[in-house]
Amino acid sequence: MYAVETINLSRVFELKGKSILALDDVNIRISKGEILGLLGANGAGKTTLVKILSTLLLPSKGSAYIHGYDVVRDAKHVRRIINLVSGGETPGYGMLTVRENLWFFSQLYGLASSLAKERIDMLIKDMELEQYRDVRMHKLSTGYKQRLNLARGFINDPRVLFLDEPTLGLDVMNARHMRKYIRDWVDEDSARTILLTTHYLAEAEEVCDKIAIIYKGRIVAYETPLALKASLSNGVSIQVEIFSNDLTSSSSMIVDKISRSSGVLACMLEGFDGDEDEKGKVVKSWSNTGNNNRHDYNSNGDERVTRLRIMLDDDSKIPDLVSMLVINGYKVLSVKRDQPTLEDVYMRYITSINE
Amino acid sequence: MSTNHHISKYDDLILNLKVVYARAYVRLKGLLREPHWSIAEVIIPLLSLSAYVYMYTMLDAPAEYTAFVVVGGAMLAFWSNVLWGMSAQLYWEKETGMLQHYMLSPASRMAVLLGMAVGGALNTTLRSISILLVGTLLFPIEYNLVDANALLIVFLLTIIALYGMGMLFASLFLLYGREATHIADLLQEPIYLFSGIYYPVLSSQVFSYAVKLVASIIPLTFGIDAIRLLLIMGKGIGDVTLHIVGLSLLVAILLPLAYIALRRMEETSKRHGRLTLRWQ
Repeated sequence: MYAVETINLSRVFELKGKSILALDDVNIRISKGEILGLLGANGAGKTTLVKILSTLLLPSKGSAYIHGYDVVRDAKHVRRIINLVSGGETPGYGMLTVRENLWFFSQLYGLASSLAKERIDMLIKDMELEQYRDVRMHKLSTGYKQRLNLARGFINDPRVLFLDEPTLGLDVMNARHMRKYIRDWVDEDSARTILLTTHYLAEAEEVCDKIAIIYKGRIVAYETPLALKASLSNGVSIQVEIFSNDLTSSSSMIVDKISRSSGVLACMLEGFDGDEDEKGKVVKSWSNTGNNNRHDYNSNGDERVTRLRIMLDDDSKIPDLVSMLVINGYKVLSVKRDQPTLEDVYMRYITSINE
Repeated sequence: MSTNHHISKYDDLILNLKVVYARAYVRLKGLLREPHWSIAEVIIPLLSLSAYVYMYTMLDAPAEYTAFVVVGGAMLAFWSNVLWGMSAQLYWEKETGMLQHYMLSPASRMAVLLGMAVGGALNTTLRSISILLVGTLLFPIEYNLVDANALLIVFLLTIIALYGMGMLFASLFLLYGREATHIADLLQEPIYLFSGIYYPVLSSQVFSYAVKLVASIIPLTFGIDAIRLLLIMGKGIGDVTLHIVGLSLLVAILLPLAYIALRRMEETSKRHGRLTLRWQ
C-alpha cells in the first residue's frame, strides 16, 4: 500500500464560463518514508493536487488514496493522518501566544493533554521558538511565523504531510533550517511521508527522494533526482560567461539568440526560476530574488557580465556557439563544462513540450 | 484498500468536545487579552439605553419602562455578538486563512461553530450582566422576580436560538455574501426595530399582528418579552408558555438548518474550489 496514490486524477475549474483543466490524468505513487518533490511553475497544478489530496477539493475525475483511504469517500479518516502547511499562510490567532496556538491546533486533532504538552514542548524546541513561546503570534517576524506554521503541521504527527511551498518568502537561514528539519523528520520514521511542492529547484534536489515535474496539469517527469539528471546524458551542460558593453540589450534577447542556434537544446540565465507566461512560454527570472534584470547578477559584480547555462546536444557545438556570440558582439569570458542540474532537467522537459 | 483503522463514535465525541472547548477558549482569551474593548462594549450600549430612559422619563412613561430599556440593552449585547462574532465569523476565518485549518482537521464543523457560540455566549453574558448591573445602579429600577427557574429556561432557550441563528448565518454569509460586513450592517437596524429592544413589541397595541408575526422569527423578540415579564412584571412560567414554545420551535428549526447550511457550504467549497482557494 502506498502512502499516496492517484489514479487518472483530473480537475477542471469553471471560471467565467471557461473550463480550465488544472489537473490532467495525474498518476503518482509515493511510498512510505519518501519525500516527493512536485516541481512546476505558477499555475502548473501543484496546489490543486495538494488540495485534492488533503480533502479540501473534489477531483473532477479519477481517484486518490492516502494510506489506502479514498480522499473523497473516507475524508474523515484521511484528515486524521494528514496535515498541510502552505507557505505564507497564517499559523493561528494573532492574540494567542505561540504555545497557545499550538495547543489550539492540537485540540483540533483531539490530542490528549499530556501528549499535546509533550509535543508542543518538543516542537517549540525543534523550531527554535523557545524565546517566543509566550509571545503573541502577531508579534512574530515572518520567519518565526513560518516556523510556527511548520510546527502546526507536525502537531498531529501526520503520516502524510503536504508542504506547499513552505519556504516561500523565507530568508536563507530559515529556509535551510526548514529543509533540514523536514528531511530529518522523514528519516526518523519510515512510516512518514512528505509531498513537497516548490519552484525552488535546489530545494527539491536537496531534500527529495523523487521528483515529479508538473506542467499544465500533467506529470511530465517522475524519477529520482539522479535518474532525472541521467536522462540528460545525451546532452552537454555548459556555463558561459559573456561580456557586453551594450547595457540596453535585454536578457531575453541574448537567450533567444542562443536558443535559436544549431545544436542548442535549451538556454537560460543562471538562477533560472522556472516561471512561465500565460502562453506557457518559459520566462526567465532570478531565483529567490524575483529580480529579472540580468545586469544585477554576475560573478564579479560587473553589470556588463552575464552568466548563462546552456544545454547542447553535443560538445562539438561549443566552438560554433562561441563564434556566434563573438559575431553578435559579445566577448566570451569563460566556458565551463558542468554536471547537469535539476534546472537543466526542468528546462529541457518544458522546452521539449513547448516545441 | 485501506488498513482497518476504526474510529469509534466515542473517539469522535471526545475529539469534538475538545474542539468546542478549544474554540471557546480562543473567544474567552480574547476577552481577557483585550479588556479595554470589553469596557467600551459596556459603556457604549449604556449611552444608547440612557437616551431611551431619559425620553421615557420626560414623557412620564410608567416606571417599568426604564427597566424594559435596561433589560433590552443587556440583551442587545447578544444580538451584536451573534451578528458580528458569529454570523460574520466564518467569513473572517476565511479572510485570515484559518478556515482552511478547520476544513483540513478531522473536527466536526458543527463543533467549531458550537465552540464559537459557547465562547461568544459566555463572553457576552459577562458583558450583558455588567450592562444590567451598571444600568440598575444608574437608574431607579425595581425588579419583581417570582419564578427564577422560568427565567433561566427562557434565557437559555433565547441564547440557544440566537446562537443557532448565528450558526446558520455563518455559513450563509460565507456562501452568498461577498462582504459579510455589509450583510451584518443590513440586518442590524431592522432587528433593533422589530425585536423590541427599547420598547415592548409583542404586548404592544402599536404593532399590527402581521408585524408581530414577522418579529417572532427573531429569537430576541420572544426572549426579551418573556424576560421582561418574568424579571420585571412578576409573572410565572404559565404566562410565558407561548414564548417558551416559540423559542423551542426556533431552536428545533434553526439548529438543523445551521447543520444543513454548513454541509452545503463545505460541499460548495470542495466542489467549486471556492472558500479555501484564495484566488477563487
